[in-house]
Amino acid sequence: MKKVLALATAVSAAAFAFAGPADEAQAQSKELTLCWAAWDPANALVELSKDFTAQSGIGMKFEFVPWPNFADRMLNELNSGGKLCDLLIGDSQWIGGSAENGHYVKLNEFFDKEAISMDNFLPATVYAYSTWPKGSPNYWALPAMGDALGWVYRKDWFSRPELQADFKAKHGRDLAPPTTWSELKEVSEFFQGREIDGKKIYGAAIFTERGSEGITMGATAALYSWGFEYQNPDKPYDMEGFVNSAAAVEALDFYKGLYKCCTPPGYTDSYMQEGLDAFKSGQVAMMMNWFAFFPGLHKDPVVGGDRIGFFVNPGQKVEASTLGGQGISVVAYSDKQEEALQYIKWFAGADVQKKWWSLGGYAVHNAVVQDPGFEASAPFAADFLKAMSGVQDFWQEPAYAELMLAMQKRFHDFVVADQGTAQEAMDKLKEDWVEVFEDEGKL
Amino acid sequence: MSASTAHSVVDAKPWTRHLSSALVILYALITILPLVWIFMTGFKTPQDSISYPPKVVFEPSLEGYVNLFTTRSRQTPEYMATLPPPDNWAEALVRDRNMVIAGPSKFGERFLNSVIIGFGSTFLSVFLGTLAAYAFSRFKIPLKDDLMFFILSTRMMPPIAVAIPIFLMYRSVGLSDTHLGMILLYTAVNISLAVWLLKGFIDEIPLEYEEAALIDGYSRLQAFIKVVLPQAATGIAATAIFCLIFSWNEYAFALLLTSGTAQTAPPFIPTIIGEGGLDWPAVAAGATLFLIPIVAFTILLRKHLLRGITFGAVRK
Amino acid sequence: MAESTTRGLEKVAERAARATPPGLARRFSGLSDKAVAWLFVGPTLVLLLAINIFPLIWTVYLSFTNYKANRSARGYEFIGLRNYERVLTDSDIWQTLQVTAHFLIWTMTLQVILGFTLAWLINKQFKGHGFWTTIILLPMMLSPAVVGNFWTFLYQPQIGLFNYVIAFFGGIDPSSFSMLGDVNLAPWAIVIVDTWMWTPYIMLICLAGLRSIPDYIYEAAEVDRASKWRQFWSITLPMVLPFLMLAVLFRVIENFKMFDLVVELTSGGPGSITELASINLKREAFEKWRTGYSSAFAIILFVTVFGVANIYVKALNKVKQR
Repeated sequence: MKKVLALATAVSAAAFAFAGPADEAQAQSKELTLCWAAWDPANALVELSKDFTAQSGIGMKFEFVPWPNFADRMLNELNSGGKLCDLLIGDSQWIGGSAENGHYVKLNEFFDKEAISMDNFLPATVYAYSTWPKGSPNYWALPAMGDALGWVYRKDWFSRPELQADFKAKHGRDLAPPTTWSELKEVSEFFQGREIDGKKIYGAAIFTERGSEGITMGATAALYSWGFEYQNPDKPYDMEGFVNSAAAVEALDFYKGLYKCCTPPGYTDSYMQEGLDAFKSGQVAMMMNWFAFFPGLHKDPVVGGDRIGFFVNPGQKVEASTLGGQGISVVAYSDKQEEALQYIKWFAGADVQKKWWSLGGYAVHNAVVQDPGFEASAPFAADFLKAMSGVQDFWQEPAYAELMLAMQKRFHDFVVADQGTAQEAMDKLKEDWVEVFEDEGKL
Repeated sequence: MSASTAHSVVDAKPWTRHLSSALVILYALITILPLVWIFMTGFKTPQDSISYPPKVVFEPSLEGYVNLFTTRSRQTPEYMATLPPPDNWAEALVRDRNMVIAGPSKFGERFLNSVIIGFGSTFLSVFLGTLAAYAFSRFKIPLKDDLMFFILSTRMMPPIAVAIPIFLMYRSVGLSDTHLGMILLYTAVNISLAVWLLKGFIDEIPLEYEEAALIDGYSRLQAFIKVVLPQAATGIAATAIFCLIFSWNEYAFALLLTSGTAQTAPPFIPTIIGEGGLDWPAVAAGATLFLIPIVAFTILLRKHLLRGITFGAVRK
Repeated sequence: MAESTTRGLEKVAERAARATPPGLARRFSGLSDKAVAWLFVGPTLVLLLAINIFPLIWTVYLSFTNYKANRSARGYEFIGLRNYERVLTDSDIWQTLQVTAHFLIWTMTLQVILGFTLAWLINKQFKGHGFWTTIILLPMMLSPAVVGNFWTFLYQPQIGLFNYVIAFFGGIDPSSFSMLGDVNLAPWAIVIVDTWMWTPYIMLICLAGLRSIPDYIYEAAEVDRASKWRQFWSITLPMVLPFLMLAVLFRVIENFKMFDLVVELTSGGPGSITELASINLKREAFEKWRTGYSSAFAIILFVTVFGVANIYVKALNKVKQR
């Protein structure tokens, strides 16, 4: 028994030793940890960052979290004052809270010192990814990755003569990428349940995820096209008649109609990955997803190349797209802020930005997007610029999480779980949001 | 419930016996099916894993395990052509999919975290639990029953409820996302089980041994170490395994209080993804590796299982 | 019974303690029995006070404030019972409690029926019953999060094993239904997985109950010519009942707190159809970060479990005494 006890003591002592000094050892060697979502562009960033390590001698470690858990994990990390991440490529909606609570280092002084000008980046991204309060020259991040919600379709299917003829007979126009949501629904219905190459296929893969932000991002793509506004443009936080406007109700109803008629079976809790699964396995004719995935899809051995086409989010009453994308920030709890800033300085360089785009990251530096060859550099590049010129984002308020979760619940309850009407959903959502802003002392 | 281990009813008739054996075996087969499926899926290729109808016979592949332990990046065929021949079978397997291995995945780290936190907290809870259980078993302690009930009642709180203040507490003392923080937390949760189980085991050790030792001139401490501990060894081992299983399987606290450095496998395994979709063989491979130790322990523990799951309330 | 044995032992222990010459103990370690006792119990109590009781008190404190843990910069103020009022008048909260009740009632019903039946069958002592029992016990020892996550794969329309098996025996299209996505099926999907996982728990305890019934009682009943049916109702069931009730108590407490399995299965969806109290609590506390509000909800949940458990234990003791 004595031996067993001694052994156990040794083991646990070793465990403690491992738990404690390991952290210290880490601090001594120069190594930065960058946190982001686990997706295609992250792999590109790993590749890109090798240059930084070669140049500066600072090693890079990465912590990539899958999207459905990304916000949860990272906000939890920031709120607990954790030191896991030195650099964080955080979602645009987090800016308000992270600035207010001091999670991010304010970058103005650093930008001035290093002559990094925000004028060199797409204005929509600077506004959305970097500033708080919105539009003020207070910068908390450098635009790292532009992104918006767009669509892909099976070009090879769309161009089949028999399908072309069939569609024309039915709808009196050519089978082509839709330019309005009504057209999109017609095309989806056309493909839904059809057999192509002996396989049953479905109309469209759209976002319906419940847990994080999926259904909000998807449904707002429709809402924005119907001219949705979060608040009275003349009176902040005045939402009655805006959030629950007739147009908003109509758009939500439409989104549910699309979900009911034209999605693959069991498509009740789907976000980016599920959409990619459905599209890559040849189950759907069209898919809603972020531009971030388009370079990877274009390279895909099964559905890529000539078989894939891209189009911007269709309009309805107006042209608009849901904003994605992130800025890169220095975490205030990091012990290695100097090195982290060094990384941002390196990343902001024009050549690095160009390489970033060539590797599959959406650089929004003017050196990239204003290059005459940009629109021709990829089949989706022109669409990307078009989308970015009309992007809208969710609330970026410090209370963003509460606002988001309320929308997730109301939308999923109505669209997927069939509870109540669209009007009720939007009314309830407005009430939820009023309650949040009352708690905030903003109403 | 100690005395009677008498078997069964007055002789079951052979046909009822056959019928019951058939029904029980049927249930057992149904119940084991999902586990067998996890095991099998781990050895499928991603395509086979999502084929319809589900494949029962398939060519086994280690792709799931390779994907579990590596991160990979997709490359163009032109780039692939420039590479030297693969230096190991894993690299070769990955190259067949037009990818190269980019580095190790986080699975190894997370698994190691589970081991460190699991064993650390188990050791601590059994150590403290043995001391407390001995004291509760042998000494007169004021309000003994109340204390014992208090120790048990700490188990009734929903973990999320406790997690709120612990989150705040750990944040202010810097224990968030640390091994030490998780070890202390799991110890606090496990100790109720440890005390209750161990008290039961120690109660069963006849007092005569200790009395004899005391009369021989041993001190209390000596008697405890030299007489009681060896006698309670089986009980201590069983208790340790129960504590280990709890820490091993725990999810809620790990999800809320760790983000990377000290994250254990349970919140991590569901987030294993491959390129462009949930990589079920890799998830299944991770689940298999994670579940196998517990299956082994369960078989080892068969005799003490009942006691363990009821906090010693039922001893057979 | 365990309790009386414990008491008996305690008395002996006390006598032994008194019998030991105090000087003898002190000579070797310098510690009296009393000191040893507190030295042994102390660390455990300190740990529990620090990591269980102190947090509980803190939760109570927070429940009277409008504190938000993600907004430390903002400060907070006392708002009295306002959080409790809001929780109790929130229709969403009542919905999660309804969902929890549905889950509890059906998992318990199914598990009691299945668990008892299995125990009763295994108690027939057929050949190889030990092996099969161990097989049946496996699911309950495994990590609910990991296993729950894998069940989402089994439940996939078309490619999922569950759908395929149902389709095979039911003659319907395996892609025609989605256990986790359908509003009518999802509440049953979580009941099925919980039942798969925890039926062995009830079974194992019932088996102990069945084995505790001495043969002579049945022999006496045979002599009295009592029918098998009567024997079951007047001997087997009453004798197993205390065991069964204990098993149900443990399961109810655990399932009331249920989080990991269902989060990984549905994370509360579709909509809020499977949003159990704990899942809602997690959303409020760690996604919306309404610390004060969720603390009030946590306290209400804790008091409920504690209260129900106490009432139940009283009932259990009555059954035992009979």
